[in-house]
This record gives sequence, C-alpha cells and structure tokens, in this order.
Amino acid sequence: MANAYISLPELISKNQTTLLHDWISLQRQTGAFNRRIKEEVLLEQSRGLLTELCSALQAGAPNDLKATEWSATRKILEEVSGTRTSLGFTPAETATFVFSLKEPIFNLLFAKTDSNVEKQQQEIWGINLLIDKLGLYTTEVAQSARENVIARQQQELIELSTPVVELWEGILALPLIGTLDSERTQVVMENLLERLVTSSAEFAIIDITGVPTVDTLVAQHLIKTVSAARLMGADCIISGIRPQIAQTIVHLGLELNVVSKATMADAFALALRRTGRSVEKRVASPKNGSL
Amino acid sequence: MIVEADDVLPVRSTEDVVRVRQEVRSRTAAVGFSLVDQTKLITAASEIARNTVIYGGGGTLRLQILQNTTRRGVRLIFEDKGPGIPDIERALTDGYTSGSGLGLGLGGARRLSNEFDIASKPGEGTTITLARWKR
Repeated sequence: MANAYISLPELISKNQTTLLHDWISLQRQTGAFNRRIKEEVLLEQSRGLLTELCSALQAGAPNDLKATEWSATRKILEEVSGTRTSLGFTPAETATFVFSLKEPIFNLLFAKTDSNVEKQQQEIWGINLLIDKLGLYTTEVAQSARENVIARQQQELIELSTPVVELWEGILALPLIGTLDSERTQVVMENLLERLVTSSAEFAIIDITGVPTVDTLVAQHLIKTVSAARLMGADCIISGIRPQIAQTIVHLGLELNVVSKATMADAFALALRRTGRSVEKRVASPKNGSL
Repeated sequence: MIVEADDVLPVRSTEDVVRVRQEVRSRTAAVGFSLVDQTKLITAASEIARNTVIYGGGGTLRLQILQNTTRRGVRLIFEDKGPGIPDIERALTDGYTSGSGLGLGLGGARRLSNEFDIASKPGEGTTITLARWKR
C-alpha cells in the first residue's frame, strides 16, 4: 500500500500549475492584490517561492531551513521580505503571504484522499510546520534588517554629534546637541581631552544650546568633563544657557562651579579677553581710507 | 476635577527616559504651558524616570491631563515594584544619594513641581506623583 501512496513532494510538483493558480486566486479574493504591490511582482514572487519550495522538497531537504538545500528558498524569502518591507508592509502581513500557501496545498492533499490516513496526517503536519518556518523566516529577515539600520544610525549619531571646533588659537568649542546619555558623554569627553592635548588649548567652550533638558545627570556629566579639562590645564566656559534652563538649574539646586555665559559669542569674547586678545571694530575713515 | 487623558508608558530603560521626556514635552505643550513651565516639568520627569529605572528596577508612568474649574495641568504618576525608599525625608535631602548621582534629583523634582507626593513601602515599591498647573 505504501507504494501506491503519492508522496507530498511529488504531489506538489505534479500539481504546481494548479497550486499556483489556486494560490493566486485565493490571494486575489483576500485582497492581497492591492495598490501597494505590483501584480507582476506578486505573481513572480509567488511563482518563485513555489518553484523553489518544490525543488527543495524533491531534493529531499531536511526539516531545517539552515540546510544548504534551502538556500534558494531562503534567498527568495529574503527578496520577498525586502520588497515588502520597503513598500511598507508589516512583518505580520509578509508572513501571512507565506502562510496563505497552506490553504491550496491542504486542499490538494484533501482532494487526493488516501486510504493511509495516518501517513496523510503526518504529511499535513509536516507541511504545516514547514510553511510556518518559511513565514517566520521572513519576519526574522525583516527584524534583522531593521536592527542593522538602528545600529548603524546609533553609530552615526555618536560620531556626528560630537565635533570639537577650534575657534581661535588656544580656544576650542564643543557644541553639544541632543540627549547627553552616558555613552555619548564619554565620547564627548574623550574627544575634548584629546583635542586639548593636540592643540594645547587654554580654553574650552562647551555650548549646550542644543541640549533640550539639563537635569542632574547631564549636570553631573558636564561637571566631570569640566574637571577633567581643568586637570589638563584648560579652563572651561559653559555657554548657551537659555532662560528656562537657568531657572530649572536653580530649582534643582545645582552648582556648576564654572564660568557660564548666555551665548557662545559672549563666551568667545571672554576667552579672547582672558588670553590677552581683543576684537576691535575698525573705524572707517572715508578720506584716508587708502592709507 | 476631570482627568482628560490618561496614558501609561513603560519606564524600563534609559531609552524610555528619553521617551518620557518627549511625551511630557508634547503633553505640556498641548496644554499650553510656557517654555519655562514645560522645561521644569520635563526636568522633574527626567529625574524621577531615571530613579524609577536605576533604583526602582523599572516601572510605569501614568500621564494625565487635568482640568478643574479654572485651570489645566499635567500629572505624572511613576510607579515601580522595587525595593522602596526606607527613609523618605533623608532621600529628599539635597546631596544625599544611595547611588552615584549628585543626590539632587528627588528634592529638585519636588521644587520643580506644584504638587509632589511619595508613597513607598520597603520591599513593595514606590509611587511618586508630580503635578504642575498651567499658570
């Protein structure tokens, strides 16, 4: 009796055209065809997935998606996940696309009822598990793509947001922007201290115009940065203290113990004065202009 | 007094602290707080949210918009199931910390709010309520 039994891979590959037709019309009914994804793309991906699934099954691929027999199937799933994510589909919607293949396959299995019920049940269960794995794989792909993006952006943010600028010989400026969590503050402090060594600057202006909230943790980080700079022989000036920040700092009871100025311009002027320089406006004398 | 809006946010990580600040900023702006009042409540929220993460082992924030007959305000209720605060008076003293901070956050948050309340039981958790009214 076992000989008469048509195995599942055989059944699927024999009926590949019917399956694809059924699957596509099912997707049409459930509204999977819509303006978000081009019909050609959906048709091509459905066909591709089914073809690769068949050839993998025929090659006797094990039940583990990591096996080499599945590499072509994995590739097409990655492609499906990629196009759909970029079109704004949720991972659940993408997985549902794969899961929807169950219905036509099951219909096919039920139609070819075999006397060997036990064997048929096993195969149904097997294909069920397999399609679940395929669907979940698209979710995994989408997730790891997203995590990569986040990790890269975090890295970019850390690098972008902490430049040390030389305003004048011996005067550095450190414009801080955004949230000062501890990881970024560490980078800020290192950048500043390194530049203090290479430029042997006497003054560092730390500008906090772009820091939306100054709470005790931010203040603590600022104080630490200022003390470290002081140990290296540089004086710090904190600039960019807006009125609302000044009031909040007072209510918090914070003592920054550092010279501070409302604007970067004021801080720069002070640093120039302290280093024995002055900025003067040239008096224009129209008659002796050329002299 | 009417509670117009009542939302719950997780306060479990330092990323959540950033989100708490953003949410408080958008709520206070929506109610029409001045920039100074916004900044005060945001800073107070930042302090308590960080305490919830560091000392309370994570918890939740309930963000409410209040309306009574004459004025509107924002109330923040931070709740954790952490070890609790054994001596509240001492914890509110400026310069005292059981951790590595400046010891100004809790007292500072009280000074930055119009209404402030701590309920804490050792071993059971801490609930801190802050409110600020639109001037």
